[in-house]
Amino acid sequence: MQVANANSNETGTTDDFVTVFVGETLFGLAIERVHDVFVPSGVTPVPLAPAEIVGLLNLRGRVVTAMSLRRRLGLPDAEDEADGSKANPKMAIGLEQAGETFALVVDGVGEVLKLGADSREAVPINLDPRFRNLATCVHRLDGRLLVILDVDALLGFTPAGAKAA
Amino acid sequence: MDDLLREFLTESGEHLDTVDAELVRFEQDPNNETILRNIFRLVHTIKGTCGFLGLPRLEALAHAAETLMGRFRDGLPATSASVTLILLTLDRLKEILADLEATGTEPAGSDDDLISALERMAEGTVEAEPAAAPEPVLPEPVARELKPGEVSLDELEAAFLAAPGPDEADQAAPPVAAAPVAPAAAPVVSEVARVEAAEPARAEKADGIEGEAAATGEASAASKNQTIRVSVETLEHLMTMVSELVLTRNQLLEIARRHEDSSYKVPLQRLSHVTAELQDGVMKTRMQPIGNAWQKLPRVVRDLSAELGKQIDLVMVGAETELDRQVLEVIKDPLTHMVRNSADHGLESTAERIAAGKPARGTIRLAAYHEGGTITIEIADDGKGLNLAAIRQKAVQRGLASQADVDRMTDAQVAKFIFDAGFSTAAAVTSVSGRGVGMDVVKTNIETIGGLIDIATTAGRGTTFTIKIPLTLAIVAALIVRAGEHRFALPQVAVLELVRVDAGAQRVERINGAPVLRLRERLLPIVSLTGLLGQSEAGAETEQAGFVVVAQVGRERFGILVDEVFHTEEIVVKPMSVKLRHIPMFAGNTILGDGAVVLIVDPNGVARQVAQGVQGSGGHVEADDDAANEVADSKTTLLVFKGGQGSFKAVPLSLVTRLEEIECAKVEWLGGRALIQYRGRLMPLVPADPAIAIKSEGTQALVVFSDGERAMGLVVDEIVDIVEERLDIEIAADRSDLIGSAVLRGRATDIINIAHFLPLAYDDWARGLKRPERLSTILLVDDSDFFRDMLSPVLKAAGYQVVTASSADTALAALHADPQIEVVVTDLEMPGRSGFDLVAAMRRAEPRIAGLPVIGLTGAIGADAVERARSLAIADLVAKFDRAGLIAALTEIGAGTVSKAA
Repeated sequence: MQVANANSNETGTTDDFVTVFVGETLFGLAIERVHDVFVPSGVTPVPLAPAEIVGLLNLRGRVVTAMSLRRRLGLPDAEDEADGSKANPKMAIGLEQAGETFALVVDGVGEVLKLGADSREAVPINLDPRFRNLATCVHRLDGRLLVILDVDALLGFTPAGAKAA
Repeated sequence: MDDLLREFLTESGEHLDTVDAELVRFEQDPNNETILRNIFRLVHTIKGTCGFLGLPRLEALAHAAETLMGRFRDGLPATSASVTLILLTLDRLKEILADLEATGTEPAGSDDDLISALERMAEGTVEAEPAAAPEPVLPEPVARELKPGEVSLDELEAAFLAAPGPDEADQAAPPVAAAPVAPAAAPVVSEVARVEAAEPARAEKADGIEGEAAATGEASAASKNQTIRVSVETLEHLMTMVSELVLTRNQLLEIARRHEDSSYKVPLQRLSHVTAELQDGVMKTRMQPIGNAWQKLPRVVRDLSAELGKQIDLVMVGAETELDRQVLEVIKDPLTHMVRNSADHGLESTAERIAAGKPARGTIRLAAYHEGGTITIEIADDGKGLNLAAIRQKAVQRGLASQADVDRMTDAQVAKFIFDAGFSTAAAVTSVSGRGVGMDVVKTNIETIGGLIDIATTAGRGTTFTIKIPLTLAIVAALIVRAGEHRFALPQVAVLELVRVDAGAQRVERINGAPVLRLRERLLPIVSLTGLLGQSEAGAETEQAGFVVVAQVGRERFGILVDEVFHTEEIVVKPMSVKLRHIPMFAGNTILGDGAVVLIVDPNGVARQVAQGVQGSGGHVEADDDAANEVADSKTTLLVFKGGQGSFKAVPLSLVTRLEEIECAKVEWLGGRALIQYRGRLMPLVPADPAIAIKSEGTQALVVFSDGERAMGLVVDEIVDIVEERLDIEIAADRSDLIGSAVLRGRATDIINIAHFLPLAYDDWARGLKRPERLSTILLVDDSDFFRDMLSPVLKAAGYQVVTASSADTALAALHADPQIEVVVTDLEMPGRSGFDLVAAMRRAEPRIAGLPVIGLTGAIGADAVERARSLAIADLVAKFDRAGLIAALTEIGAGTVSKAA
């Protein structure tokens, strides 16, 4: 953070976000929470697991629980590619919570953005509640919007509640 | 809190625990100088350290206790009262230590009560009034857990014993009771390598206490290098790293297997070897003797024996048996609980024992030993044994099992009821136990670490609990299997054997959809892993070939059907993510040699699932098994039994409520009718054939039919089989007890007419179950396979021909195609075109179809449904599950149509 501020010429404090996208929507995750960006492979599905959980995968010798951002947001799984090949999870973000590592499976990962308070907006109230509960704020970017996700809320679903989904 | 204080707390805790145990020993063996010396030394150390650290309360208490013990040494007899008083003092010390640990400072308070009692006792005045001593305060024993990962106490003790005793000091020091009779007790503290810890010893010397400090100092120097204290976290971290190393090694081995290049095979083998040894070594650091978990028990038993007025000996065998500290932590409390239980429930009172001709002192025997990768712990008492009759009764009372089930269960199975939550047969709840909490917790605790618990009990001879637990939780041998598309690991401990099954000789058979396997003349319930995990789609096909992993959990044996078995691998168990921990099927996950993550199947979870499947009877199995029903669509499942002169008879299984085997002695006769008490009611028994006589001894097979609250037992000679066949009934001669006969499995079999028997049991049960004068054809419309399958045999059994349709459209087609159809029975709630739509369409159709009587089946009969039904001229509305109601409605209509046709 110190370094980020020093490099920034803006007057207000800025935060760094890793951007990811799901479909057409751009999401941001606080960079402090992001431990890894990797291509998920060899995901072992967990039968009887909550729908959000894609499965388990081996990330450098650690077992990581992979969770689909699409399913977490209540979006349908990515459609199969136009050429007929099956849609594979393309990228995953390694997040940590309470000593446990999770992999957030997304459609793609973009650049890291440094954003100040000037472009920040509150979450619009007309958003789908699933989005609203997971988002902390929205940033206005050139030509598109960036929804900042709350990592703790993202990982904070309870097994019982998820089971019903 | 500074290091010095923390060190002191850990050590004092250990010392106090040892003193606890030693005092109990001393009380039984008051002439044993060694024990007394040991106790004395420990208390003295605590006192000395307290003085050094500036903890006046602790010091004063320890001092008073020490004084009294000094008097013992001088020949004061150690009475039970005085020992109790010292034990109370120890409890107070522990209490203060706990506070000290929590807050970092000695809590305020006064110990004058104990100190003056101790002093009085030491002066010898209290002997006259021993009862007064234990009165003042009875503090709850403070459960101060031993810090795990520490040097074994046995070692400590051995070191104490090895060190020169204080006898020499004795001779030098004048035995003045008031002065601290203080031998040099340095070795206790300096045992540990930490330099700070040695300081109290120096402090003692500074106190001006004379003794052979130099001599003991040497002894302690020798022991100094033998053990060091390492924090648990360091060990845990080391363990994790070794686990990772094992994984990496496995991966390398896997790669080496695939490549023929042998140049690195040798170093790899070396690496493998070293890794294995390292793993062993690290595991050893985590090992602690089980005696650590037993340490508190002598005190517990002593207190209990005083409280309960029983004389109890505690025998401990194999305290040196080592096991993983993680496991140790988990079993500590269950063990204590079980010993308490044995003392309270297991052992009889002294008077009862003498009356029973047993030695007055009861014995509780704790034994631990290694047995092939697991540790077996036995807790045995020589008491009265479990009251199995009371347990049976209680189990029925609590609705855990039916009377018949309980009667049939073996004693071992019955005994297991005590592990049910809230189960207690104790007539009186004592302060010790009897509340019915505990044994279930014990079982749960033991099962969480992959352990098993078993009971053996003999009336009048005692009860033995056997606990088998794995040596360690971190690494287990597991069988890698494939089910569906994925691999799973099954812990080897639960696996008894593997059986290959195919469509040939060893094949999986089904009883009412539930798969079973004949294994050495015994039936083994089978569950398919894919089915359990909700992945089964192909259903029956996958069961044609594969492997059955025969597993045992507790006394339950069952088979897990998998598609393929690979090999056994040592796997490092990694815990499930918190998000997935609620799934009972998995115990954890692991990374295999090839880097893939696989899930570890929890045999306990599977066992519970198997048991549920069995208890939940047909409904559950069928609900899960739509695919099988689809196949069996046109077939009917029949129960075949022998009834009368060896002839085979059958009845649709869907009509049968239960199969029972009763003891003939329980049959009662009232007014010439046989009755039996069944589930708290009287159930009439009716022979399935006039030739069958109810046996007078042995057991009698019954087929129970029930309707609402009434039940009837059909007496049969023997239950033969359950078959699934297309039911082509040839109408029988004029016997009202038979519907007709059919060929089942190549045998001519009479299909009995239940309607004949029910009125024999209950005069008013005739309701509509009369056979219609001639057979009508019914069109049964229901979108649910399950209901179609359930109702068709009911209707067939009632003497109708049945045509089925799964939707309104197919029903209309069937109506047009088949002019024989005389009655339509339709589900009113169907997806797409509902039953109402169907009836409306019928009413608009040609007169033959429009005029057909319709019975509507509905889940809930609401006012508007009744209204709509009336407007469509639906003859009757029947609730979906009301089989008897449906038959009654049909009979009514049948009478009408027959008369119309005539």
